[in-house]
Amino acid sequence: MTIRVRLFARARELAGADAVEIDLPPGGLVADLRAQLSKSCPALRPLLTRSAVAVNEEFAGDELVVPPAAEVALLPPVSGGSDE
Amino acid sequence: MIRLTREPIDHAALTDQVRSPHCGAVATFLGTVRDLTDDRTTIALDYEAYGGMAEKKLAEIEADVRRRWPVGDISMVHRLGRVEVGEISVAVAVSCPHRGDAFDACRHAIDRLKEVVPIWKQEHWADGKTEWIHPA
Repeated sequence: MTIRVRLFARARELAGADAVEIDLPPGGLVADLRAQLSKSCPALRPLLTRSAVAVNEEFAGDELVVPPAAEVALLPPVSGGSDE
Repeated sequence: MIRLTREPIDHAALTDQVRSPHCGAVATFLGTVRDLTDDRTTIALDYEAYGGMAEKKLAEIEADVRRRWPVGDISMVHRLGRVEVGEISVAVAVSCPHRGDAFDACRHAIDRLKEVVPIWKQEHWADGKTEWIHPA
């Protein structure tokens, strides 16, 4: 299945696009999606391990199965500690 | 009330909105754009949100705050796009019967907002460079 991954902030700039499409086998995990992203879009690598993945607008752990037609987004770290 | 906006935040109106005859305390927090980070000068910030998820997370924070404190009302507003030095980028107003709860609830809401709401900021430095802030 093809999954569209939305990109924001520095990730969007590194990829030069506000979304990328990746192929994932049915039943693929968020961990597989991360690996595919790293392979198909090497520019994202510096930020990838530090970023969260959201599936259908919820933070998703690496073991979550990505449902078909899921809305997926890569979320780089947000700026905000309370005493930054 | 939860809102993402490209317009200036009216903090007085926001504070007024949460006032209630049942509440003897209103705590309002304003986050404003600061001109110095260490020795670097900022001229403006640019905020970008994952809109749908940001609104969902703000709603979860509101529900959490209402569960934990006797909240009369709560409002959270965040600016998007370019915000100049000195302008308000985020505002949280909370009313409670007593001030201790109002302070605690407001503090919790802004701290959680900064942690879990997908909104990013880009520095516009005085030397013309820009930089997305993604702390380790």
